[in-house]
Amino acid sequence: MNWLAQRVVPILAVVAAIFVLWYAGAVGLNAKWAYDKAGRAGVELSFTQLVADTWSQDKPKLPAPHQVVQEIWKTTGAMVLSGRAFSKRSLIFHGWITLSSTLLGFVLGTALGIILAVGIVHNRAMDMSVMPWVIASQTIPILAIAPMVIVVLNAVGVSGLLPKAVISMYLSFFPVVVGMVKGLRSPDHMQLDQMRTWYASGSETFWKLRLPSSMPYLFTSVKVAMAASLVGAIVAELPTGAVAGLGARLLAGSYYGQTIQIWSALISAAVLAASLVALVGVIQTMTLKRMGMLR
Amino acid sequence: MIWIVSSLVFWIVAWWINVRLSHLPRTRSAGLAVPALFGITLLVLWEGMVRGLEINPVLLPAPSAIGVQFASSLPILWVDFVQTFVKGALSGYAIGCGAAFLMAIAVDRSPFLQRGLLPVGNFVAALPIIGMAPILVMWFGFDWQSKSAVVVVMVFFPMLVNTVQGLQASDHMQRDLMQTYAASYPQALMKLRLPAAMPFVFNGLKICTTLALIGAIVAEFFGSPIKGMGFRISTEVGRLALDMVWAEIAVAALAGSAFYGCVAMIEKAVTFWHPSQRRG
Repeated sequence: MNWLAQRVVPILAVVAAIFVLWYAGAVGLNAKWAYDKAGRAGVELSFTQLVADTWSQDKPKLPAPHQVVQEIWKTTGAMVLSGRAFSKRSLIFHGWITLSSTLLGFVLGTALGIILAVGIVHNRAMDMSVMPWVIASQTIPILAIAPMVIVVLNAVGVSGLLPKAVISMYLSFFPVVVGMVKGLRSPDHMQLDQMRTWYASGSETFWKLRLPSSMPYLFTSVKVAMAASLVGAIVAELPTGAVAGLGARLLAGSYYGQTIQIWSALISAAVLAASLVALVGVIQTMTLKRMGMLR
Repeated sequence: MIWIVSSLVFWIVAWWINVRLSHLPRTRSAGLAVPALFGITLLVLWEGMVRGLEINPVLLPAPSAIGVQFASSLPILWVDFVQTFVKGALSGYAIGCGAAFLMAIAVDRSPFLQRGLLPVGNFVAALPIIGMAPILVMWFGFDWQSKSAVVVVMVFFPMLVNTVQGLQASDHMQRDLMQTYAASYPQALMKLRLPAAMPFVFNGLKICTTLALIGAIVAEFFGSPIKGMGFRISTEVGRLALDMVWAEIAVAALAGSAFYGCVAMIEKAVTFWHPSQRRG
């Protein structure tokens, strides 16, 4: 009970406040259009009429939450019920496209990050030369280059999933490198000396001491990497001419002024991000429990 | 062929020098020389491969070609830089970080709000906020105001979470000491909590430098006046003028690194007492 009051209630209060602000914002931002319409029809709007109108416009400046939920249901659940779950108008289809390139990029990025981190920890020259450039590579706004990477890879003949995954990879390898380097260096001198007294070779020290003790760091950075690679996948979908994917839905929505469509794509991206990060969290808890590192 | 071989030879020699340098005792000059040599090696390899393998400049221009383009179109690059970085990113960065900082101080007195805001803020910070860009462009028009709005939204939550965490960084003993001095809340805030929060605040500020630049550039993909780095990148990609795109990227990289470096330098001056800033 205490736990509930301590944790859940404050979060619920903040979320409720966000919803109240959202509804109020919808009234405020959409009011002008409602007044315009009423003025042309020559009707005087009462306050309740104004609210009802601002919450149910076709192309509102800010759609009310229930409109977005309706749109999401219309493009997911209702589609499944009518047996068209993978039609081109369904968000499941677009979400799947984005998800697949996110996951591919994430796996590639994590692998690259771990390899680089192992190299950096074990090779002094690599530590001194690569690490500053890994950090510098992130001050370059890679998302800005995304269109070019896509176009160039397309011209070479690589199209479809891989170019998008490359963008995701670039965004997700950085947190993994930084976290893994920290993690692989986390065993202290006592532990390393202990390994030496046991006459452990370099690879034994790595597998039995360094790698296990880096796990908490790895999972923390993997969460960041997951979120980053989803952002990468979405932005990478923008320049491909709005064919498929959540990013394409965003772009198409902004071309045609379909605000509800933009918001529904945005919310589903958010749900996707949240569930992916939550999934990593579950794996983290299970692994660390198994390793006895979680108290 | 000669290009490939000579660039490979350069690579091996540079690698050997780097290995030798890294085994010398750590000095400041070696710490600078090693990464610099690595960067130069990358450029030489790039140039050599592009020339040696005769890669079509439409796909990947050589660094020298990019340099020439960079030097010959400085006025355009400057206009784009002012539009995107100074007007869009910097103003949004200042507004967003400032608002988040003030908000963090405001919620600092209420543990209830903190417990609610921190998880929500952490959640929002992980979301693909960049997707808000088309909506904000619709609300604020095509000019730099919408770009700066995107930047505000992008930097707000990371900054908020970091500052709230930072304000909790002072430990109980220190706060108790303040209490025994009969320090009022503002006094304790100014003299203990804010200085103790500075490492966290600067961590947030540094994360936000990159976010700000990304936000400003990507927002231009959704509509912009006929200047700006994002606009130039997307149109020049359409014309397959990749040397111009790379020149623009070089500007972005320079601006991003310089921005980050500035914040890091201010951090060094403000948090000189922190263990991570001391020279060992």
